[in-house]
Amino acid sequence: MEQHSETFLDNASAALKNSAQAERRDVIAAFAPLIRSAAIEGFDEFDNLRKHIKRVRQHSLDHLEYYLGQFEYQAVQNGNHVHFARNSDELNSTVLDICQQHDAKRIAKGKSMVTEETGLNAFLQSAGLEVMETDLGEYIIQQAGETPSHIVAPALHKSADEIRELFQSKHDLGPRELPETVDLVSEARDILREHFLQAEVGIIGANALIAENGYSMLVTNEGNGDLCANLPRVLIVCTTIDRVLPLAQDATAMLRLLVRSATGQAQTCYTSFYSGPRRESDLDGPIETHFVLLDNKRSDILASDYREMLECIRCGACLNHCPIYSSVGGHAYGWVYPGPMGSILTPLLTSLEQSSALPNACTSCGRCAEVCPADIPLPDMLRDLRHEENSQKLSAGRWRLGLKVHAWLARHPKLYHALTGLAISTLHLFGHKRGSFVRLPMAGGWTSQRDFPAPQGKTFMQQHQARLKRIARQQNEH
Amino acid sequence: MNEPDREYSSPPRGKRVALFVTCLADLFRPSVAFASIKLLEQAGCEVSVPLQQTCCGQPAYNSGDYEEAVPLAQQVITMLQDADYVVVPSGSCAGMICHHYPKLLEGVWRERALELAAKTFELTVFLNDIAQIKPSKHKPSHNISSVAYHDGCAGLRELDIHDQPRQLLQKLCGIEVSELQQSEVCCGFGGTFCAKMPEISGKMVDDKLNDVLATGADMLAGGDLGCLLNIAGRARRLGEKIEVRHVAELLYQDLDTPAIGEGD
Repeated sequence: MEQHSETFLDNASAALKNSAQAERRDVIAAFAPLIRSAAIEGFDEFDNLRKHIKRVRQHSLDHLEYYLGQFEYQAVQNGNHVHFARNSDELNSTVLDICQQHDAKRIAKGKSMVTEETGLNAFLQSAGLEVMETDLGEYIIQQAGETPSHIVAPALHKSADEIRELFQSKHDLGPRELPETVDLVSEARDILREHFLQAEVGIIGANALIAENGYSMLVTNEGNGDLCANLPRVLIVCTTIDRVLPLAQDATAMLRLLVRSATGQAQTCYTSFYSGPRRESDLDGPIETHFVLLDNKRSDILASDYREMLECIRCGACLNHCPIYSSVGGHAYGWVYPGPMGSILTPLLTSLEQSSALPNACTSCGRCAEVCPADIPLPDMLRDLRHEENSQKLSAGRWRLGLKVHAWLARHPKLYHALTGLAISTLHLFGHKRGSFVRLPMAGGWTSQRDFPAPQGKTFMQQHQARLKRIARQQNEH
Repeated sequence: MNEPDREYSSPPRGKRVALFVTCLADLFRPSVAFASIKLLEQAGCEVSVPLQQTCCGQPAYNSGDYEEAVPLAQQVITMLQDADYVVVPSGSCAGMICHHYPKLLEGVWRERALELAAKTFELTVFLNDIAQIKPSKHKPSHNISSVAYHDGCAGLRELDIHDQPRQLLQKLCGIEVSELQQSEVCCGFGGTFCAKMPEISGKMVDDKLNDVLATGADMLAGGDLGCLLNIAGRARRLGEKIEVRHVAELLYQDLDTPAIGEGD
């Protein structure tokens, strides 16, 4: 997917100016945390399960090669083909090869952030294939020519009115009202149903790969994943190497955290396990099945200080609880993964140069880490990325210099107290009457949004030292 | 010969507490530090103010300049090592000392950081939970009708500060806090964030201010000057009449000094 993270601040600015969308984001930001907390309130196991999943994920990553090997062996035993792709190009061309081998023209595709990452749709379309997204959210943004704004709810940014307008212009079905949301859903369903039946290849993602039995697990609320997996002749599951878990019970344990954290449900409407192609006794199912497992820098992340990021289970809770994500929306981040998890993943999967603003889009408020079911220290990792930016001199020179001067001064208390005393007295002199400044040199960022409160008078240290001297003098006099 | 600096400003009475004033209180609002000293003394503590103190190192640390933050952390650790308790009138600076110094430092310094962390408390936590301050005999001189409270993020999530300021306001001043709808959401200060990403920060502080105004309170109190300068600055910009004060001023009933951002 094309990246626009470099212009994060401009993207954010444009997003903030779109008041209709900003208002909708505010509503969602107030609502999403409530449904999560309601789901977790009555679920006493949450904290213990979180600790358990942390250990499971750490163990899986510590022995990733072993479990990937086991998964591959088991999956092949089940009759699957397993492919490993080092990068986006390899995944895309592997998928295209499979499609071409089957002379496929039409693809039914389930929601997959991994294939957003690799730009699979555009690649297949440029080879002449017709690719239809079948997750309702993905279908909407595909029709609109847009990209996902949320990893769980890709069309979160679109209102029902916008979707109605879109369907009326894109679906050649004559004049119709589509007054209710349910009318929109059923129209999309009719169109998609046709496509499921015609597609020669189905492509889906996976929430987990299970090493012990070679299955993949997928959760959806629409059942579209199952139709993609079962109706076309060929199934291709695209996911990344870090999704592998040792046991089926690990996957189901993760599920209990994932769904509550993502949508506030105890379970999604559909939870499916895919084993492989149809057997002789089966009446339906694909005749050929493939796994394409993408690395795309995951091995580098595994070897780095950011390996915990691979424990992410893609629930989107950090997005839903991030005040910056809810202020600017997912598109501002300029790539596939937005919000706190995206501000870490984007620099790691693309480059820090291209996405240097993202780790700064954080007030270290800690709300993301508080709700993260994988217990990933997201604010710490964002700060570590800022440390890298600082070391590589990617951050603005004037900020680096300013902070160095401040830190140097702070290491020289006498000079610090003298200079700050002087500066504060001056500020007080000019500001005490009104109490705050509308404009101030070198504080343009601050004063563009708010007044700069004036200091009360002398610094505390000046007053305190004067007081100590006074006491000493009085004691000398006695 | 010069008289040596005397660090102790009050006679010994009980717990020896070193006050870490914080740079924002030192520079912008000394009344917070004075109120803190009085409250600690009221709680029976012997208060000292180490004279070497400047900044806890958060600006450098949060901006990713760990190399500059390390010597500042070491300076603070050395300065405060002899105190029985260290009290900080800011959740974010106390969080820096308690949670981030041990992450930032290694080896012996990490050990020393953990020792300091174990005896460092945010002001309202210390007054309420450790020193268990009693109400003073004087009746509150000011009649404050309604106060909203802003929970700073670091205090709330790193130090579990939530009930302590509310209990103190109840106990010492008879104030029941009016709660914000979105009390767990950041005000958009975030240290250098507010200056690096002003538009986003502006949106966030607007949301916070609207939440505060919706309570109908005449005053906003909080435990972190960074947040309070941010919210008060936005209120001033929009001409909203809300008095913004640090919780220490309110607890000490020092309400004659102009509120944050207000003129003489």
